[in-house]
Amino acid sequence: MDKGYKKGTITSNIEIASNIYELKVASSFNSPFYGEAGQFYMLRAWNGLDPFLARPLSISNIMDGEITFLYQLRGRGTERISKLKSGDSLELMGPLGSSFNTNLRGNVALISGGIGIAPLVFLAKSLKANIDFYCGFKDEVYYIDKIRKYSRAVYISTESGSVGYRGLITEIFNPALYDIAFSCGPVGMMKRIVKMCKGKIPVYISMENRMACGIGACLGCSIKTSKGMKRVCKEGAVFLGEEVFYCD
Amino acid sequence: MIDMRVNLCGIEFKNPVIAASGSFGFGREYSEIFSLSKLGGISTKGLTLEKREGNKGIRIYETTGGILNSIGLENPGIDYFISEELPFMIKQNTVIIANVGGNTVEDYVKAVNKLNETKIDMIELNISCPNVKEGGMAFGIKSKTSYRVVSEVRRACKKPLIVKLSPNAENIVQLAESCVKAGADGLSLVNTFSGMAVDIKNRKAVFDNIIAGLSGPCIKPIALRMVYEVSKAVDVPIMGIGGIMNYKDAIEFIMAGAWTVQVGSANFIKPTITLDIIDGIKNFMAEEGIKSLEEIRGVI
Repeated sequence: MDKGYKKGTITSNIEIASNIYELKVASSFNSPFYGEAGQFYMLRAWNGLDPFLARPLSISNIMDGEITFLYQLRGRGTERISKLKSGDSLELMGPLGSSFNTNLRGNVALISGGIGIAPLVFLAKSLKANIDFYCGFKDEVYYIDKIRKYSRAVYISTESGSVGYRGLITEIFNPALYDIAFSCGPVGMMKRIVKMCKGKIPVYISMENRMACGIGACLGCSIKTSKGMKRVCKEGAVFLGEEVFYCD
Repeated sequence: MIDMRVNLCGIEFKNPVIAASGSFGFGREYSEIFSLSKLGGISTKGLTLEKREGNKGIRIYETTGGILNSIGLENPGIDYFISEELPFMIKQNTVIIANVGGNTVEDYVKAVNKLNETKIDMIELNISCPNVKEGGMAFGIKSKTSYRVVSEVRRACKKPLIVKLSPNAENIVQLAESCVKAGADGLSLVNTFSGMAVDIKNRKAVFDNIIAGLSGPCIKPIALRMVYEVSKAVDVPIMGIGGIMNYKDAIEFIMAGAWTVQVGSANFIKPTITLDIIDGIKNFMAEEGIKSLEEIRGVI
């Protein structure tokens, strides 16, 4: 991690679907952005203390020193970030947290739910394995073109039936076809995936949580795992699924 | 020549800025960002005799000008701290204060007995955590019960003993006086204020415990007033805490009677903020021709 917060300049910030934004930031300091799939940055896009805390966003891409974040407008912080325009500056700290293991071969399933696609796009790009990408959405579908070029196959589901399979993504995913799976999305979905894969293949998941410091000091994001309390910002955000959902 | 040193209870701090308990872990994470030797001191994450997992549910919730937390003293326990964290901390060339919490008087005494045998510089007794149901704040709001806890711990404690006061006390001045009477070498104040938040869509409290601890700049004026009142009432040194975000806030606390200050929530805004505060105090002293902090301490 670089030392504390550094300035970045926004190159674009576009709403690509309802309340879903793609933010691109160029480095304003000497070193370009870096990081591994699964890692995140803390963002402060405002002067002063309102909102009080920075916002954690996972890396969706890094190319030529420019970093991409995909985010959903959820609250006051992301609302402020969504208003930023090309040329505006913001502060970033990172990369933070653990990353996905990208050094593997074989057949890999990536399973996303909604905005959970954000870290998995970068993972797809970083993997050299055979990737089948399962993307579940409520209604509107986004970022499919980006993931297609890294994937052997892309499977889409929508709860509304507007695109692809009508229903949940877990209904069309078959663990028997894969050596390993990676997932990010709503807790219920990831829980289901972990259960489906139990005793068959390992599943790595990317968690999110409210956090204050982002560096492992405040324990605001700690979660209980089979191996004790773990910090989403430090030991995570990437965890072995069965360690997080160990009660079921 | 500007002298930022503060001698508090026989322990020399190179400057008055201390990282507050709960905001700084055991320093490891921040040591990757800056040299901890620049700090006046570090107060550890609240330690209990046995390890604690902390509270379930949402633990951090932002509010205007601050944060509510309900961590619930998640910590690895005193023994683990002494064997695994303290050796790292004492190498950092800064004052190390062990913040100790507990559920019973016996727990506090046992924890302090263990710390007596270590190289810890001081002990900060947390009798005021709002986030643990048993003990914790229950000790810290009534002068009578606080007197009992502090007296017992004082008997056992071989280190300088600081007692951290709760702003939720029935009467903060009386509480301070009874802690000093019971043998506290110094006081730190204030801990977090009891607060809460409601999730209106789900019609329930944000926190599983309903009540959480409020910190940040929103509490500063009240914390400052409490430091002022307590400093007038007692003769022991005071560590001022409560929403300090910059050097001006720190100077306000010192002028209101604090010997040192502790910086908590501000560390989450910028991990190097303590360094900015130290530099700011130094510059202010230079500009104002202040040679030592004693000159401005308690001038209000």
